[in-house]
Amino acid sequence: MDFSFSEEQTLLRNTIQSFIQDNYDFDKRQAIVKSEEGMKQENWKQFAELGLLGLPFSEEDGGLNFGSVETMIVAEEFGKGLVVEPYIQTVVTCGGFLRRASASIKEKYIPGIISGEDIWAFAYAEPQGRYNLNDLTTTATLDGDHYIINGYKSVVSGGPWANKFIVSVRTSGDQRDSDGISVLIVDKNSEGLSIRDYPTVDGSRASEITLENVSVSKDELIGEEGKGAELIELIVDETIAAICSEAIGAMKVLNDATVEYCKTRKQFGQPIGKFQVLQHRMVDMFMQYEQSVSMTYMVNLKLDEEYAERRKAASGAKVQIAKAAKFIGQSAVQLHGGMGMTDELNVGHYFKRLSMIENSYGNIDHHLKKYSSAG
Amino acid sequence: MARRIWWNKRTDLTREDMLSWHKVLYKKGWIAPQWPEEYGGTGWNITQRYIWDQECANAGTTPLIPFGLTMLGPVIIGFGNEDQKDWVLKGILSGNDWWCQGYSESGAGSDLASLRTKAEKVGDHYIVNGHKTWTTLAQFADWMFCLVRTKNDGKPQEGISFLLIDMKTEGIDVKPIITLDGGHEVNEVFLEDVKVPAENLVGEENMGWTIAKFLLGNERTGIAGVARSKKAVERLKDIASSEYIDGENLINDSDFNSKIADLEVDLTALEYTELRTLAKESKGEGPGAESSILKIKGTEIQQRITELTMEAVGHYSNPYLTPAFERQGSNYLTIGPDYSHGVAQNYFNTRKTSIYGGSNEIQKNIIAKMVLGL
Repeated sequence: MDFSFSEEQTLLRNTIQSFIQDNYDFDKRQAIVKSEEGMKQENWKQFAELGLLGLPFSEEDGGLNFGSVETMIVAEEFGKGLVVEPYIQTVVTCGGFLRRASASIKEKYIPGIISGEDIWAFAYAEPQGRYNLNDLTTTATLDGDHYIINGYKSVVSGGPWANKFIVSVRTSGDQRDSDGISVLIVDKNSEGLSIRDYPTVDGSRASEITLENVSVSKDELIGEEGKGAELIELIVDETIAAICSEAIGAMKVLNDATVEYCKTRKQFGQPIGKFQVLQHRMVDMFMQYEQSVSMTYMVNLKLDEEYAERRKAASGAKVQIAKAAKFIGQSAVQLHGGMGMTDELNVGHYFKRLSMIENSYGNIDHHLKKYSSAG
Repeated sequence: MARRIWWNKRTDLTREDMLSWHKVLYKKGWIAPQWPEEYGGTGWNITQRYIWDQECANAGTTPLIPFGLTMLGPVIIGFGNEDQKDWVLKGILSGNDWWCQGYSESGAGSDLASLRTKAEKVGDHYIVNGHKTWTTLAQFADWMFCLVRTKNDGKPQEGISFLLIDMKTEGIDVKPIITLDGGHEVNEVFLEDVKVPAENLVGEENMGWTIAKFLLGNERTGIAGVARSKKAVERLKDIASSEYIDGENLINDSDFNSKIADLEVDLTALEYTELRTLAKESKGEGPGAESSILKIKGTEIQQRITELTMEAVGHYSNPYLTPAFERQGSNYLTIGPDYSHGVAQNYFNTRKTSIYGGSNEIQKNIIAKMVLGL
């Protein structure tokens, strides 16, 4: 087996590394997080110029036709910089839906993503649903050639920045049936859509969305009516693969920072890294990181496999990444002592992002259940 | 870092809020049950005090500020002169004097004895120069009990003294440190040519380390926090009974439920370990190095509770709802259930408990050396 990267892939990585170096050191990142908008439009324009926003789309649709490994590289490097701009939400998740949509939808929406004009967010979670993607009380009923949507979507990541949403709705069946789920495109300015935006603990932004008799054309349906569950699960798995990639980037920064700190911080007349109990903790952090890299490579290579194989890959990776995120995040803070607790040092911010990744698109319990029921 | 009130949404409390329960208890004469009766204690035995702690936790009373009552009070009773016993203890009991703890420095954390804040005797005063950090709630403090270096030769432990410093003295500058949860509890305290009357020395010059160790030993016994943790587990169960997973209550999910059970077993073990420690103490033994167990297990359990609470609220651990944000919001879209507010910040904040009061690594070293004789 060969896990080395092609020249082109290495070039892509270098490009993003220099973007982070120039535009995303910790102080600049914090300034973005604390700004009123919470993201930087200029960065988004740069993503467009660098071609990153067109990465996974086919050449026919105006994209670069890259695969999951390239997405992994981008997400991993963004993870190192704690980038808040909603790349995964727009390009990987919503882009993933659009890539599988009808020719007319592709034509209508993909150019706006590639050019950087549109930002998208995926509104799927509901307060009662926890991590079950099929637990939906938001409904859409066909009325002539329009769907009328009613319901509530919670913690929509990147919602404040988005002008378009992809919304999972129930068009038939019972609350948790896998049949009867549909995927609709909803414009933020739709009548009947109310939104409340807020900051999140990891420096991003999210929204609560209420849909009250929101009317969208039936042309805005992605895939077949009532058959959306499979597509949603696929896209969520692709998103999980990207989030795992982001996580290993963040873990790498924390591990390096911790080792460096323990080499220089002196107590009892010597660097604290000389104490064996701390050495072993750092070795455990290193091993957790390596295991996470392995699982991240694995899931990114298996996204196109048949269902059971893909299911186990995505859930397995998410479990490993969640465990490592917790262990590495907590340990990095502990080994930095009081400094790790401060807002001033970057360590706490990586810890917070990793803590949110732990539960994003399903926590450990959720994915262990998915894994064991995959067959 | 000094110990703090980990279970509270601290940042929204004012100085007056934090002192309100203190004042009620002072009026009633119940403010310092752990002190000898002659100094203002209640004369309760260990069982009565235990019940008292339990009931306060059950009622969810505002935690008392520990720096005077738990830390400095016993030091003054044990080491102070008659004059100090009079004014210091009175001020602590009434709540008129808010104390903070001037221990850690940027170069002296786990290795506290390497502290460098210097006090030079000039006539009937000490002149103090240096820098303290992680000073909890110093922004409210009237006074600081402070470890200072009065001698440079010999072992570092032998040149430390214990001084009481008026925070209004010229040359003291308090600067906030914002923690990763966005709160302001800890501070840096800069001391430049601060003039401290020589009578504010506690005990003898250069015996500060003995006092510091005595104080940290006391700090560890109070740190288990069993009653508060029990209350927090109850709250966790309430949340898990309100949350849903596949149409069922989360509390009925076998995976989640066994995690709660596991936590309760740990907490029960800690409760009985603490009771055994207290029983020994009531016979006049200890608290010995065993009390490090209470600090380690107590803080691990507190951390685990916040972890599971965050897990229980699912997606709604994400919103960062500061008081300022909540004030400007309208009511038409509330953000998650009330019980989800601040759970992630609480989880982040509680990471400090395994760092402060002597990190858990240091506590294990103490047990290894003092108990196991390694």
